[in-house]
Amino acid sequence: MEPGEIHALLGENGAGKSTLMNVLYGLYQPDEGEILVDGTPLKLKGPSDAIAAGIGMVHQHFMLVPVFTVAENVMLGAEQTRGGIGGFLDRRRARREVAEVSERYNLRVDPDAVIEDLPVGIQQRVEIVKALTREVDLLILDEPTAVLTPQETEELLAVMRSLKAAGKSIVFITHKLGEVKAIADRITVIRRGKTVGTASPEASRDELAALMVGRSVRLTVDKAPAQPKEPVLEVTGLVVDDDRQCRAVDGVDLTVHAGEVLGVAGVQGNGQTELIEAIMGLRPVLAGSVSLAGQGIHGWSTKKVLRAGVGYVPEDRSVDGLVKEFSVAENLVLDIYDRPPFGSGLALKPDAIAKSARERIEQFDVRTPSADAAVGTLSGGNQQKVIVARELSRPLKLFIAAQPTRGVDVGSIEFIHSRVIRERDIGTAVLVVSSELDEVIGLADRIAVMYRGRIIGVVGPDTPREEIGLLMAGITPDAATPENAATPTAATPDAPTAATTGDTTDGTTGPVGDPDGTTAGPATEGPVNEDKA
Amino acid sequence: MTIPNPGAGSPDKEPASEAQAAQDALDNAERAETATATGAETATATPAAGKPVGKPAPGKPTEPEARPSLGQLFLANLWAANTVTVTVLALVLAIVVGAVLMIISDPEVLATYSYITARPADALNASWTLVSEGYANLFKGSVFDPEAFSGWLNGSNGWEPVLAPISETLTYTAPLVFTGLSVALAFRGGLFNIGAQGQATIGVILAALAGFLLPLPPVLHLIVAVLAGALGGAIWGFIPGILKARAGAHEVINTIMLNYIAVYFLSWLIVQKGIQDPGRTDAISRSVDGSAQLPRLLGDNLRVHAGILVAVLATWAVAWLLNRSTLGFELRAVGANPDAARTAGISVTRTYVLIMVFAGILAGLGGSNMVLGSTASALTPLVVAQIGFDGILVALLGRVKPWGVALAALLFGALQAGGNRMQSYSGISLELVTVLQALIVIFIAAPALVKAIFQLRAARAARLHTSLAKGW
Repeated sequence: MEPGEIHALLGENGAGKSTLMNVLYGLYQPDEGEILVDGTPLKLKGPSDAIAAGIGMVHQHFMLVPVFTVAENVMLGAEQTRGGIGGFLDRRRARREVAEVSERYNLRVDPDAVIEDLPVGIQQRVEIVKALTREVDLLILDEPTAVLTPQETEELLAVMRSLKAAGKSIVFITHKLGEVKAIADRITVIRRGKTVGTASPEASRDELAALMVGRSVRLTVDKAPAQPKEPVLEVTGLVVDDDRQCRAVDGVDLTVHAGEVLGVAGVQGNGQTELIEAIMGLRPVLAGSVSLAGQGIHGWSTKKVLRAGVGYVPEDRSVDGLVKEFSVAENLVLDIYDRPPFGSGLALKPDAIAKSARERIEQFDVRTPSADAAVGTLSGGNQQKVIVARELSRPLKLFIAAQPTRGVDVGSIEFIHSRVIRERDIGTAVLVVSSELDEVIGLADRIAVMYRGRIIGVVGPDTPREEIGLLMAGITPDAATPENAATPTAATPDAPTAATTGDTTDGTTGPVGDPDGTTAGPATEGPVNEDKA
Repeated sequence: MTIPNPGAGSPDKEPASEAQAAQDALDNAERAETATATGAETATATPAAGKPVGKPAPGKPTEPEARPSLGQLFLANLWAANTVTVTVLALVLAIVVGAVLMIISDPEVLATYSYITARPADALNASWTLVSEGYANLFKGSVFDPEAFSGWLNGSNGWEPVLAPISETLTYTAPLVFTGLSVALAFRGGLFNIGAQGQATIGVILAALAGFLLPLPPVLHLIVAVLAGALGGAIWGFIPGILKARAGAHEVINTIMLNYIAVYFLSWLIVQKGIQDPGRTDAISRSVDGSAQLPRLLGDNLRVHAGILVAVLATWAVAWLLNRSTLGFELRAVGANPDAARTAGISVTRTYVLIMVFAGILAGLGGSNMVLGSTASALTPLVVAQIGFDGILVALLGRVKPWGVALAALLFGALQAGGNRMQSYSGISLELVTVLQALIVIFIAAPALVKAIFQLRAARAARLHTSLAKGW
């Protein structure tokens, strides 16, 4: 990092961006390697060391006390007192500092406003002010635009520019290409915990997307070509809200045939979770229909859906998949405990449960000290195998696996993948949702890319990763490719304005205009393609 | 550069979930009683504080932790903290503090302390006499009275006085088993049933009404009265259950409010015409017919009645329900991780309602014991005593496991029975027993405190190389 530089860190979810920055900020300790500040190695034991070394961080989730004023939040942790020991908080001084900093960098923050009354964008600026009053030289912004509206994003970019002008360095973490191109001086792309390349902001979106998604070792899954038969799962016009009553799934049509794997790719948070939960009856369906083998199942209880022959591996195993205090055996019957042979009437059959547990542990190679061990004591991979074993040990019509291998070791990944394929080969329809593109490409016979609550394309598994990567970023190929190839002139008018201002318009309207895209229809193509210069 | 844990998108989310956990702990502190909440926080902050007996080891740090629910935190703490050692030490501590209270509350003994420097033996002797007699009477009143035994041997009294202490203990134990099970069952399902008192109150009302309003033949009358008590509790448990399930109303608030309603309903009811005893002007109802009373087990001179047998049966039933039934499986799953239970197709709302109904049935049975047994045969405003609130303590002391609850109820029953004798023979107030009960639970809920106290003593003794700590 150079002084006065904006360095963008680009990568997919879980690529290791946040981890890296948490190491820089002293929250995590590095296992190996060292951090150099001004040429000297630095040992960070905690955030206070990092602040002392001039490193500040604005987290993805703000660390503010909602009922405090801006000034109080800013002085929190570095309270100035007057009047000696047991003195009074020097609120006046904190207010003055906030006012000064906000004036100097044109942040426009009112020191007396109460945090919970402020919009998210301003709250973020309070975080920035907080860092700046600690006299930092390097500011880490962890996915700052994830929670912002387009206007707020634009303002944030302006703030970043004025900070840059004041000689502060900024590390800007994101996976949005447009913002990076708009503001970054240098771009480092991280994938699977490794730096895979450094690019200049002049690099095209295609190049960046390729770097980001990567051509890493494909996790090879041995499989024969699919023999799709009749459609099993049909989703039409599905509309679902998320927990905050925001539209998460906005008219999704999806068909999964018996004997095929449909992979749903997409950056996390684009409605995949809600889509699956709606199919499983865990989330109300607002509009549209879901049918299983021709029978409408929307509005059914989860139990009924499971009974109808749907196996479900939830994406967050520790929250939704397992009861950690329960034994492995109990978790293996978590959704079939009341059916023969495990339960009849009101009585459980512990012998049958224990017997089936021993078989499953054997079949699915679950490494556990015993069937009675609490499942929380197992490794992540083995916990996941318990869930997969549970779901695959009854006859299924449809198998849904969400993030089946997240946080799972390589050996278990291969095992789980082979099981998924085996299930497909016996004629089950399989729906795999993953934010790991490698996984989707490896498993799927068809890939549906989900973006902002919609399926924006269904492609074959042989589609180039770059193209899928672009789809994941919301750029449809039929709009991008022809223009790219045929009309370089279309982009030229923008090229001369490659200075800061020109870039802003490009960058912000591209990806940031996407929320508009969902509300006002697919209108993203135009501005996006201007970047191709 | 190597970055640990590649491919796992969790690290950046961990601070948030930790904050969530902290928030939960805070909520815990706000909602639960102070004593228990302190314990919960201790356990959250220092998982190593309690000996993890039979408790799953904490998950790997790299795993994204599931957001622990209020009930989960509470249970985890309870099990981690409440080892046998801690229980015994807590008992010892409570007895010591109780001794200090005995001394302070006795003016004569306290007077000897004014000249303790001149004649320390006076103060020590007086204190020792007071405390040892007090606790001896506690023991004689609840477990075994050597004098009655020798009297029986040389023929000056019959066998009944020998069994009297045990009989008294069991009489007080029976209702506590029911209310303790009620609270424990709800805890296992992740709910805080503070309403056992109200459920027992409605139970006692319906049991008594069935007992003196319905003219039925003997055995049938008793069965109907007991079932009426259970039904009353079930109704009073169903209300907070359905409110929780349908409206998300917190069961702690609702059960507390329903306690008030039940208690004042009882006060109102017993002065109504047809309910009030026609021969009395004070607040007392008619007496339950003899045909509806629980039979005494050891003759008319000893109070122990069939309620204790039903209590043992109920303990067995709850143990079976929790561990060997599909309903218990659902209940435990919902209590430990409602998200996973829901994902596995278990109806969390239905389970919540069922949990509260079952808890209410148990508390209602405890209530019917109070009027169909031998402690009272008519409704008075205080007929249920404190069995509902004591049930919370019993459940905690019993580690919310059925047989543990039964044992804890036995201990509390013994304290009650012995407390009566302690009051009449040694002049020590019965309230001391309540203080002892409270102290035991506080010490159990704060295992770190218990350990700190004992380690402190041990360390000091070791440093001084003396036996100063012989009092311990």
